Amino acid sequence: MTDFQFFIQQAINAISIGSLYALMAIGLAMVFGILRLINFAHGDLIMVGSYAALLLLAAGAPFWVAALAGIAASTIAGLIMERVAYRPIRGAPDVAMLLTSFAVTILLENAAILLFTPTARPFPAPAFLGTAFRFGPLRVASVDLVAISVAGILLVLLTLFVTRTQVGVSMRAASQDLLAARLVGINVNAVIAYAFAIGSMLAGVVGLLWSARVGKIDPLMGFYPVLKAFVASVIGGLGSLPGAVLGGYVLGILEILLQGLLPEALTPFRDGFVFVALIILLLFRPNGILGSTEREKI
Amino acid sequence: MLKLEDVHVYYGQVHALKGITVEVQEGELVTLLGANGAGKSTTLMTVSGILRPRSGRIIFEGHDLTKISPYDIVRLGVIQCPEGRHIFGGLTVRENLLMGAVQRRDRNDVHKDLGWVCSLFPVLGERLRQTGATLSGGEQQMLAIGRALMARPRLLLLDEPSLGLAPVIVQTIFGVTQQLHQRGVTILLVEQNARKALQVANRGYLLETGQVVMSGTVEELRANPQVERFYLGGSAE
Amino acid sequence: MQRRQLYNVLTVALLLAITAGGLTYTQLAASAYIQRIVVGLGISLILVVSLNLSNGFTGIFSLGHVGFMAIGAYTAAILTLPLSLKRVNLPDLPGWLAHVQMSFLPATLIGGALAMVVAFLVGLSLMRLSGPYVSVATMGFLVIVQVVLINWDSMTRGGRTFSGVPPYTTLWWTWGWAILTVYVIWRLARSSYGRRMMAIRDNEIAAQSLGINVLRSRLVAFCVSAFFTAVAGSLWAHFIMSFSPRSFYFAETFSVITMLVLGGMGSLSGSIVGAVSITALSEILRNAERGMTLGSVHIPPVYGASQILMAIIFILVIIFWPKGLFGNREINFNALWSRLLKRTEAKEAARKEVE
Repeated sequence: MTDFQFFIQQAINAISIGSLYALMAIGLAMVFGILRLINFAHGDLIMVGSYAALLLLAAGAPFWVAALAGIAASTIAGLIMERVAYRPIRGAPDVAMLLTSFAVTILLENAAILLFTPTARPFPAPAFLGTAFRFGPLRVASVDLVAISVAGILLVLLTLFVTRTQVGVSMRAASQDLLAARLVGINVNAVIAYAFAIGSMLAGVVGLLWSARVGKIDPLMGFYPVLKAFVASVIGGLGSLPGAVLGGYVLGILEILLQGLLPEALTPFRDGFVFVALIILLLFRPNGILGSTEREKI
Repeated sequence: MLKLEDVHVYYGQVHALKGITVEVQEGELVTLLGANGAGKSTTLMTVSGILRPRSGRIIFEGHDLTKISPYDIVRLGVIQCPEGRHIFGGLTVRENLLMGAVQRRDRNDVHKDLGWVCSLFPVLGERLRQTGATLSGGEQQMLAIGRALMARPRLLLLDEPSLGLAPVIVQTIFGVTQQLHQRGVTILLVEQNARKALQVANRGYLLETGQVVMSGTVEELRANPQVERFYLGGSAE
Repeated sequence: MQRRQLYNVLTVALLLAITAGGLTYTQLAASAYIQRIVVGLGISLILVVSLNLSNGFTGIFSLGHVGFMAIGAYTAAILTLPLSLKRVNLPDLPGWLAHVQMSFLPATLIGGALAMVVAFLVGLSLMRLSGPYVSVATMGFLVIVQVVLINWDSMTRGGRTFSGVPPYTTLWWTWGWAILTVYVIWRLARSSYGRRMMAIRDNEIAAQSLGINVLRSRLVAFCVSAFFTAVAGSLWAHFIMSFSPRSFYFAETFSVITMLVLGGMGSLSGSIVGAVSITALSEILRNAERGMTLGSVHIPPVYGASQILMAIIFILVIIFWPKGLFGNREINFNALWSRLLKRTEAKEAARKEVE
């Protein structure tokens, strides 16, 4: 395989992973933008969706049905989370909201362990997600292509949503100035619910793709993805939607780059290096790449 | 049109409004005067439903505003232009103005109103595609007022529209306020700049530490030595 | 001033007496089970109080402190591990370490010092950040520590259990350190350093405009709290005698934070009360997890239920008592003393009148 072909192979890898990170990060950014809430439990929505899909697949349902059920389950879980855990503490200091999301994560993960046992279960991906295409020496997994295309379509739809629809623009407005949004007559509760719903839906999609990629699911599967999604969000600038997308792809590229460039002995430390890179980035751009460089206005 | 009856508002333990009673008739321009911390902004925020009173009523055209949500209050036509502008920095001027009309269903009239607001504040018309954050303070204030006007307010609540602005811009803003008043818009104006406020208002209330200590027509207020000394900068001797 | 100093001395004396008395009783009369709980409580106390210094008093919302605990634990354990075990379990240890075996105190101090150095280096970059960025970055620190521990096989046995740590931790070591920690942080909070930290927590920009060196104050808080957290790690390592990198991850973080939030961030009395309550509560819940019989009803074992219940309790506390039990106030001993003394004075005066 020539260097160029290797490069293409890795680039596809990076963009595929980056797509998943980007979709996750958008969900986080939407919620953070309006509520200033870092929702740790976002990762568990992946888990909820995957288990729901698994249950249906085990019951013999066709993949499309299971997939829709998984996405629906994530969305509903997200909405319940908002109503029960986050709405009562709206207006609380940021720290309190962060901690509450921590608590929700622990709750969901332990509940899942109770219901499904901590052992991982195989996720039977359908044929079209399990194959690989060969282009000469290149091997491209179909799940990567699907991830990239699904992400692409969703991103276009989302962009249209936030720029052309009333709800979308209201969402942007609410994330810029919540008080002004209320004074202008925006139903903030509804907008927040939309943000959670969309974010959770995206998490459901990511869950399916992730499970298909990895081949198995377990109650703690959401932990690393949400951590990565955070890093992606922070890289791009917390709360910014384009930032989340940019951060997701940057992170995907960074991971693959480090994987390739690190000497043999250091590859297991790759995740550590990713965080080191993050800390260095924050030193120069404390608000992320697309975040403002201005200090806080008094 | 608007009547606040014995409204008490608390911030936690702090008793911010101690039985405020204020009335605004249709077509009037009423001003709330007072020093910082007197409770003027608190009053407006309570009318808009952002804050809730512990007791008292706020009646607007037969509806008790203390019992309905902020967006329903906006739907009734009570629109606030808050202190500190609060425009949407990341949205364009045009998007900001359209946000003001977010509750309205009449698309064509919304666009007509957009044109009207731009005629009131030509500078906005020039900057329609710019984002809010790039505007100067005065331009942002005009945008905030323009956004409020896009909702076709039946009652306009203005909170310190001249705060921190250059005298020339203050002139423009008060000019527009007067124009609106002449057009028949009912306005409740909160101001620290008592002199300017009394120039445009019909009546006024003076608030001190959460209570109405004085009320009356503009002439009555101007004549009052206390008002003159503390808020109008001393007698003109 | 005289009065207040008297009250302070009285308070300290009283607390020390209660603690000493309690410990002696526990040592002599209580069961091994209770003794273990009291040791665990002491360690938790150190963790909560040091976390309070950075999170509560200075406003740095660190989610990665357990990383310092791990550093303290592993460093001290490697140093105290008997030479024979070192040969067996850590055959690849670098030469100079393979021949070292220290006693408890020096090993713990070195662990603490190392954590402080790491905190300083990490803090140089992290302490410039604020709000959610600090939290995510410190979380990243915890992950980095975890990755290093799991992969630095020669030093740590990687992901495998590190066992054979000599059981040096006793009631007295634990509580001795606990008292020291509480004292140091109490003095720090009351000093001008402490006032600076609280100013930064409340309004960073205002603090800067007052000339407070935000970075330096934050670094001090971060490093001091890292030191004591690492000491707690060492105590814990020599208490349970075997552990792995996974013992220092997010579950531990959550339980310390629960204690902190329950007690109230910014209150030392609160931290103590929080640590005691949560320790007691988790013990009760853990016993209940094993299943119990209430009258004629048998409740089957539900493992993991205690975690869920803790999480629910946590959420309820945040909703209804967001400032915790004590907020940022302390138990006002001075007021208690003055009332007590006034009452005795009044009684004296009344008696004299009768005579």
